[in-house]
Amino acid sequence: MPDNGPDSDRLIWMLTQMTRIREFEERVKRTFEEHPGVIRGHTHLADGAEASIVGSLAALRPDDQVLTTYRCHGYPIVLGTDPKAMMAEIYGRQTGLCKGYGGSMHLTDVERGFLGTSGIVAQGIPHATGVGYAAQIRGKGQVVLCFFGDGASKQGAFHESLNVASLWKLPVVYVMENNNYNVHTRVEQEDANAAAGEPLAVKATAYSMPGVTVDGGDPVAVYEQAALAVERARAGEGPTLIESKVYRLSAHGNIIAPPGVPLHFPEHEAIEIFGAPEEYEAAKRGDPVPRFRARLVTDGTVGAEEADRIAQAARDEMQEAVDFGLESPFPQPDEAVKYVYA
Amino acid sequence: MARQLPYIAAIGEAIQQEMARYETVLYFGQNLATTENDPFLQAFGSDRVRVTPISETAEIGMAVGAAFAGYRPVVELYMAEFMLVAMDQVVNEAPRFHYMTGGQVKVPLVLKAGYGFTAGWAGQHTGSIYGMFMGVPGLKVAVPATAADAKGLMAASIRDDNPVVYFHHYLLTLEPGEVPEGEHVVPLGEAAVVREGSDVTIVAIGWLLGKALAAAQQLAAEGISAEVIDPRTLAPLDTATILQSVEKTGRIVIADQSTRHGSAAAVIAAEVASEGFSSLKAPIRLVTALDATIPYSQPMEEYVLPDEAKIVDAVQQAVGASAVSA
Repeated sequence: MPDNGPDSDRLIWMLTQMTRIREFEERVKRTFEEHPGVIRGHTHLADGAEASIVGSLAALRPDDQVLTTYRCHGYPIVLGTDPKAMMAEIYGRQTGLCKGYGGSMHLTDVERGFLGTSGIVAQGIPHATGVGYAAQIRGKGQVVLCFFGDGASKQGAFHESLNVASLWKLPVVYVMENNNYNVHTRVEQEDANAAAGEPLAVKATAYSMPGVTVDGGDPVAVYEQAALAVERARAGEGPTLIESKVYRLSAHGNIIAPPGVPLHFPEHEAIEIFGAPEEYEAAKRGDPVPRFRARLVTDGTVGAEEADRIAQAARDEMQEAVDFGLESPFPQPDEAVKYVYA
Repeated sequence: MARQLPYIAAIGEAIQQEMARYETVLYFGQNLATTENDPFLQAFGSDRVRVTPISETAEIGMAVGAAFAGYRPVVELYMAEFMLVAMDQVVNEAPRFHYMTGGQVKVPLVLKAGYGFTAGWAGQHTGSIYGMFMGVPGLKVAVPATAADAKGLMAASIRDDNPVVYFHHYLLTLEPGEVPEGEHVVPLGEAAVVREGSDVTIVAIGWLLGKALAAAQQLAAEGISAEVIDPRTLAPLDTATILQSVEKTGRIVIADQSTRHGSAAAVIAAEVASEGFSSLKAPIRLVTALDATIPYSQPMEEYVLPDEAKIVDAVQQAVGASAVSA
């Protein structure tokens, strides 16, 4: 809870989860080089957002629920989904989390409260709001965490949902991961608040709910704000908008190219489009994963050797995930018509 | 026990009975239950019955979310065209999740949408737009033509584990019909042979069922025996019943209020041409709206719409054509 702050076990848990997400994403990215053709379509990585993801999810209890965007690999890792099933899904295998029907953009693990992931910007926000409505009716104090990017806040779905959620005092916490880019449009090119030099959290004012901006590179800072918002939601006081400022350390996604062109991740848009490598380098120096590790080692929460063990365990775990994915069979082609109707 | 009930009351009765039967059924939408006297609000309370803002994307998107969480929402949309404001949720969200999650998620919800208000409502509130939805995998489409089916199809739609777009015709709103009092469920995907005949099959959708039956009556006086089929749902489409009838009659006229190139009639014609060609003695005839926006002024409105006389004419052509070619 926010008054006491996370204890050392919880801090080490945070570091562990951040390390696992980073290692998973590294292995996804490396797959493009090491096993060309294994990952199809479009894949989006969460490197740079680990602290924000872990800090937010740390505020939840097990029966709470989470909906996110197509940049969705990080959350289920924290919620306890098996990375082997996730990697197999991204590799299009029968053993995948969604049996190969969804791929990278639609990871879903209902048993762990990860209810369904839309690939269309902002369209998951009303879904999360409806899950919040259901939680309110059910009356068991469940809270819904709704993640989306800064770009989504330009969609009607965002505005319509926040209006209803505040009107009905729904138990939803809206976490906007502001990474400054909508693909390769900079936030001040498309957002009136940003252009006016204001934080995007001011959008909350229009819907009479609290809006806060937090350093998304600091899991404890994110946790503290998320815990306050979750507490407020659980108490029936309604939703909160949290603007979590993150920097995505990879490009928006792998290149969009027709078959025949090997897929890979280009340089970040700051470098590739805007010719501003210094911006990217500065973000890289502030990389939340080594930053949090250094903080915990420096203040004695975790020994350097234990931190190394955490990293090694994550490497072993994600190697297994890659191996499992590669060894898994593809679905039978005629299974393609299996889930058209429930 | 059946008794006379207007079409719209039959729909309301189905929602009311399903809400009483299943606590998970919710009912929300614009301008719904805005006073304490609302019968749904009185019966089921403000948790399950709510007025929403004029926000179709949120309404339908929240229905998807509530369905994820185990509820069965019915969204009151009033006008079918209002769905177009939230097309992503209807077409690219609700019907995708069961599939994309490998069956983990079910999205049972009903979008209650009035259509075809061709009574001077001009271009934007009069469309028969079900053709846009019947080809979306995972979405079911119901188009009741009678009061009894209005009740039975609504009950089935609420009980179905998939998203259903339930199109009710505005011109049928006050049309009375015999409606069973208690539980009455008409399965989705089953056409009804409403009148048996041997010379020609008339498939008639929604409002045109009444026109087709009147046409069949008129044709009988000329010695032409028409079989009339109401598909009742367009997705899943009961192609088997239609093909079976064509096998018997050898001729088919499809009556559909949609614009021709966006019509369900075009899809049914393709199925019959593809799967029932050897039975055909005459070309398939479509009686649809012209490919035009519905005009305001009455003579022009009547000109673009299908009606009883146009159905009769098409049947005479089909029978005449085969008489010549036979």
